[in-house]
Amino acid sequence: MTDHNKHNQHRGSFDIFTHPTRRQALGLALAGAAGMMLPWSRGGQVMAQSNQQRVIIAFSQEPTVMNPLMPHIEVDEGIHWNLFDPLFRIAPDGNFIPALAAEVPSVANGGISSDGLHWRIKLREGVTWHDGTPFTADDVKFTIDLINNPSFRASRRQGHELVRDIEVISPTEIGWRMERAYASYAALLSSTFIVPKHLLGEVEDPNSAPFNNAPVGTGAYQWDARVAGDHISLRRNPDYFDTPAVIEQAVFKYVPDLNVLYTQYKTGDIDFTGLQGITPDHYEEAKNISGRTLLELPAATIESVALNLGRPQFQDPKVRQALYLAIDKASIIDALYYGLPTATESYMPQQSRYYNAELPEQRFDLDAANQLLDEAGWERGGDGIRAKDGVRLSFTNSTTAGNQVREQVQQFIQQTWREIGVEMSISNLPPAVMWGEYWTTSQFDSVVVGINFLTGADPDVSDYFGSRAIAAQGGAGQNCFQFANEEADQLLADGGANQDPEQRLPIYLRLQELIRDELPMLPLFQYTNLRGHREGLEGFENNVNLRIESWNVKAWRWS
Amino acid sequence: MTRFLIQRFVQSLIILVLVSVIGFFVLNLAPGGPLSQFSLSPGMSQAELDRIAAQMGLDRPLPVQYLDWFGRLLGGDWGNSFRDGRPVLEVIGGHLPATLLLMGSSTLVSVVIGGWVGVLGAIRRYSVFDYLATIGAMIALSIPTFWFGLVAIYVFSLELGWLPAGNMYTIGDQSLSDYASHLVLPTLVLALVNVAIWSRYMRSSTLDVIGEDFVRTAQAKGLSDWRVLRDHVIRNALLPMITLAGLQLPTLLGGALVTETVFTWPGMGRLFLDSLGYNDYPVIMGILMFSAVLVLLGNLLADLLVAVVDPRIRIS
Repeated sequence: MTDHNKHNQHRGSFDIFTHPTRRQALGLALAGAAGMMLPWSRGGQVMAQSNQQRVIIAFSQEPTVMNPLMPHIEVDEGIHWNLFDPLFRIAPDGNFIPALAAEVPSVANGGISSDGLHWRIKLREGVTWHDGTPFTADDVKFTIDLINNPSFRASRRQGHELVRDIEVISPTEIGWRMERAYASYAALLSSTFIVPKHLLGEVEDPNSAPFNNAPVGTGAYQWDARVAGDHISLRRNPDYFDTPAVIEQAVFKYVPDLNVLYTQYKTGDIDFTGLQGITPDHYEEAKNISGRTLLELPAATIESVALNLGRPQFQDPKVRQALYLAIDKASIIDALYYGLPTATESYMPQQSRYYNAELPEQRFDLDAANQLLDEAGWERGGDGIRAKDGVRLSFTNSTTAGNQVREQVQQFIQQTWREIGVEMSISNLPPAVMWGEYWTTSQFDSVVVGINFLTGADPDVSDYFGSRAIAAQGGAGQNCFQFANEEADQLLADGGANQDPEQRLPIYLRLQELIRDELPMLPLFQYTNLRGHREGLEGFENNVNLRIESWNVKAWRWS
Repeated sequence: MTRFLIQRFVQSLIILVLVSVIGFFVLNLAPGGPLSQFSLSPGMSQAELDRIAAQMGLDRPLPVQYLDWFGRLLGGDWGNSFRDGRPVLEVIGGHLPATLLLMGSSTLVSVVIGGWVGVLGAIRRYSVFDYLATIGAMIALSIPTFWFGLVAIYVFSLELGWLPAGNMYTIGDQSLSDYASHLVLPTLVLALVNVAIWSRYMRSSTLDVIGEDFVRTAQAKGLSDWRVLRDHVIRNALLPMITLAGLQLPTLLGGALVTETVFTWPGMGRLFLDSLGYNDYPVIMGILMFSAVLVLLGNLLADLLVAVVDPRIRIS
């Protein structure tokens, strides 16, 4: 017996919990540590097999906002589209398809009055919420009222704030008056999900309703469970009003690291790589993975160098033209983006029926750029940088810090601009700072940015190019370029009040021409997203008008 | 003893208040704010952002916001996440089990292996084993965890197909063996660094004890080497480890930022990173306060435990 044990015996205390001996205390500590650990077992074969009853879709951001009317990000919409329905939704070709509405309202069918002020919508009969409660016109009225409710944190009220005198004509018919004609409202409605009055209308505070974490919709899938930080599971809704979903369970898995997401795609742990999918540097390899199908999907996002026209450097149109001439677009696309994106001259996605394919094509021509600046009187100083009337062609360029490809683009542009006597310094910021007031209130000089200019497929871009949308000048909108042009304002006003697609077409073709001439932003390319799925998954359809690929899981099936 | 505890309690409260003040104001000093992530959404304007900020009370002066938050905290209300709207404590509670599992298993592995490597290195000082252990520890400490994690996934999941490439379990399986197989890689990656740390501490602690008179006395009495080691050396060498373990408590529950990201592990580390990324102030503040409490608690526990285990120390 050791000295220590003798000592303990002498104390005569063996109550392990109140007066543990040293050995007992150590034993307790070890037992505690061991208790945290589950028994080990061998790894076994882990190359995951696909399950015919389940599809696992991975996102690199975590969907958390389940009330579709509250501020949210793209991946949240990836869930919303499966849980909820709008009145009518937008098809890949840009046409509206009835969802909760029995038909898409138009001037032709009398759903919209010819002046655009009166709307009347017939609703589908026999639709029920996931909890069995019937869906009625009251839910539609409630949804629009909720968006305009001052105490509700609606993500945006644009368009809805013009709605007046909502009238529930019958359980399957609703009408209202618009304060003024607003052609984009149809597009806004096509992404406005209807929420249940009986669950959100009765609670004290809709911002923190239980519904927001256990949503009930009318969609092809219904809420199953969420494991915070890991995944969300949805189950097939057998009573869906349209053709019900095929696959029983849709799982949305959160995989924060893009390299890991790609690895899990290869190992088969996930069936579909959703946002942000496969990075361009994996493009070559991803083409040749057996058992996997690589998708190259055009997206509506346009990458550009946005200029702040409030800065004296950018007020001369010749300067903007010269800057555009001095961008080697082809090299940027081929060398830095692996040839994936499509070069573009417009802010309008090329899949849009309003896309203007006749715009002059940019060429990379340093001589022409230099000549243009010489003619305009911008003379090189001793340091090689041009100046005119005390304004040096020197400015900063910013984008999200840590976006490596964009940082390379910046460095590339910096070099070619330097050759025409322009000094661009790079000043990147973390995302929360970059896209905060620095961007929205035009505190930048120039920015490399990807913007989806459209609301759904609607061509109205008043928010981006209308002179009343300049936040830095007290306006409400995203005209961070501070672009103000009388003709553009007139075109936007005409197009915004017109309900007829044929009459709107020439208006927006001309607007694209104008933007291409004025160059408030130097368009680089339209994005192509790389996604992939396990072979045998069928029914996927890309929709360039939406922000997320998993909008139509109900049509997916395993072969 | 009671006086000691009361003193500690008062000290801790002061520290907690200080932590909350500094944390809150530093957090709000960073430009951008929780709504900037929405600014590139189609149709979003500064006016809409301002409206939402006002609805969330984010337009009020900072001291007012702080007092409001602190007042609620005293009443037991930790606030709600800006992201999913759930109570902060519920959000934290939802991520704790995953972290406990991972950190618990890796700590166990690293303490057991690290402890033995340290002891062996000390009693065979300057042997080949000691040199290898020292060099190994230096390498393990120098390798970035994310690199080691990615390599481990590449080798064991992609190439060999022995173990899963991350995640805590297979969706739809969730058996005990499924959990265990998912636990192996992240545990080993995390343990690698911790083995290095524990072995270094254990080695120097053992070396200190080996030179003591009572060890020579025990040897002189004719005790076997094993018994000297077991009963006299290791037991005494473990004492400083208790303090170390106490200091490890916060990391045990705080999670591993990098490892949890690489292995898609839904723990506290991920929660913290995501909350920072989205400027989810209530959750960040919640985690901050939670960690501060853990640090204080860990220190207190270590002090008490040392006193319990070592009869030479009495708390007064």
